Amino acid sequence: MVQLVNLKRISDYEWEIPASYRQDMRVPVRIFVSEKLLKEALRDKSLEQAVNAATLPGLVGHVVVMPDMHQGYGFPIGGVAATRYPDGVISPGSIGYDINCGVRLLASQIPYEEAAPYMDDLASALNRYCPSGVGKGGRLKLSEKELDRLCVEGARWALSKGYATPQDLRRTEEGGQLKGADPGKVSARAKKRGLPQIGTLGAGNHFIEVDIIEEIYHPQAAEAMWLREGHLALQIHCGSRGFGHQICSDYVRQFQGAVKRYGIQLPDRELVCAPMNSPEGEAYLAAMRCAANYAFVNRQVLAHWARQAFEEALAGKVANPFLHQVYDIAHNMGKIETHEVEGRRMKVCVHRKGATRAFGPGFEGLPEEYRAIGQPVLVPGSMGTASWVLVGTEGSMARSFGSTCHGAGRVMSRRKAKKQIWGEDLRAELEASGVRVRAGSLAGLAEEAPQAYKDVDAVVETVAGAGIARKVARLRPVAVVKG
Amino acid sequence: MEARSGYCEIEHTADWELHVWAADMPALLEQAARGMYALMRAHPAPGGERQGREFILPFVDRESLLVDFLSELLFLTEEENLLFDEYHLNLDAERLHARVVGAPLASLAKEIKAVTFHRLAVCETARGLEVNVVFDV
Repeated sequence: MVQLVNLKRISDYEWEIPASYRQDMRVPVRIFVSEKLLKEALRDKSLEQAVNAATLPGLVGHVVVMPDMHQGYGFPIGGVAATRYPDGVISPGSIGYDINCGVRLLASQIPYEEAAPYMDDLASALNRYCPSGVGKGGRLKLSEKELDRLCVEGARWALSKGYATPQDLRRTEEGGQLKGADPGKVSARAKKRGLPQIGTLGAGNHFIEVDIIEEIYHPQAAEAMWLREGHLALQIHCGSRGFGHQICSDYVRQFQGAVKRYGIQLPDRELVCAPMNSPEGEAYLAAMRCAANYAFVNRQVLAHWARQAFEEALAGKVANPFLHQVYDIAHNMGKIETHEVEGRRMKVCVHRKGATRAFGPGFEGLPEEYRAIGQPVLVPGSMGTASWVLVGTEGSMARSFGSTCHGAGRVMSRRKAKKQIWGEDLRAELEASGVRVRAGSLAGLAEEAPQAYKDVDAVVETVAGAGIARKVARLRPVAVVKG
Repeated sequence: MEARSGYCEIEHTADWELHVWAADMPALLEQAARGMYALMRAHPAPGGERQGREFILPFVDRESLLVDFLSELLFLTEEENLLFDEYHLNLDAERLHARVVGAPLASLAKEIKAVTFHRLAVCETARGLEVNVVFDV
């Protein structure tokens, strides 16, 4: 187990495990964390998993770990690793099963006071319009041919079907469409699972949440995003459902043989990988992009239905019930990007697993209105606690491969949460504190209780203090829909 | 006296981890399946019609077989809404012939995204075979 004594303190918010810590490490591990959060993190295996990740072939710079880190499987949650393109490796398990799990933020011009009398109606309408729950099918009926088209076109498919506005696409990472997706590299089983689940929230830690914009910290950025203090906003947190889970499972399984063929030695079979320019690596990248595009569509369709729910609950009662898109961002993804590493610009594949892309000001891929402020970063909290809007900085570009944190990060096991927290009590507590709850499973609700997570404010203070993101606005929840 | 085969849940910060033990590989697969369904809090519909499914999986190594077997059950459960509680498993040097029998699900509280290879190692011990399996949830 990694211990405090094995870490070198670089600043109040930055620590390092040198590559000399273990013989098989290829690069150091750089951890953005306060001492308090670090001591909490040392209780689980997240840093040991980061050390394992540092053995991947073709790594450049350092493996980065965010303050919301926690133990996962193979690669830690909150981890970022960049491999040299095209001969470095791509590792499906280091991106995760829920490919392009991410967050979408929509905001409104609705003052909370105007909507307050109708919040129960709004929570119920959201729950009715947006299908959620374990394995539940959705309202969209697609043919396999249509699914293939969706995989290639991503959010453009949603636009062509009337589920999106052009502005939604402009304000989505990569415009909601990763190029290079090939449905021919996706198994029949993944398609079978994906067909009925498009446009569904799922269960687990996924949610739709109505928030109040409680405090603005960066007026210029808030203005560019049309965020107003006291107004309502909406977050959608979900990913690629069974489609992405199956694609990752298929390739983790196939790559068990690939590592032998390419003579790759790894400390954990979940880290299996293949060179990006190998047939196996190219196939996974093409399939992963299908799942990424599926997830962009998934959140887009849910956003469309959430707009309908707002319309139904609030039309005629507030001046303008429309929700405008602020941004949509992935936090489980592998992307080919150009970064400066040890003074040299180079193309790399950035694996982000439970970490958000956070490109600084000036990045060409951003919509014009965001270019001066940097890319919006969406950091959901847990029910009953705050969520944050941040922006990427020059610091994130220079030190963390244009990445920052993705959430609060779990601190309590699901087992312990189930034992300590009673779903019925939790719902009553949340309702008493002004958060309306619509949950498919009370046991599932208990597992996701605020007590099971780190303090999201402390996580955000850390990334802001470290200079790898800047605070824009803090949100407070008023209604939560969970599967 | 401790049971010759069984499973128990282990603390894991974000996901689910099961410790499973049994005398041999088919029994280990069965216990892992029972443990997985217990974690999902899957319950059969009372009086539901019993149904069987058969499948064959390649036997490359014990760990891959365990992942393949549990993944196959998860797929059948999601696709056909069936919960299996009877396992007829025949393993030879090359493949597993599985016949599983169950009933329609009445309820399923939790979803498993995937069965992982994380630190997966089937070990031979005094009890027979033991393994820890991590599920992504």
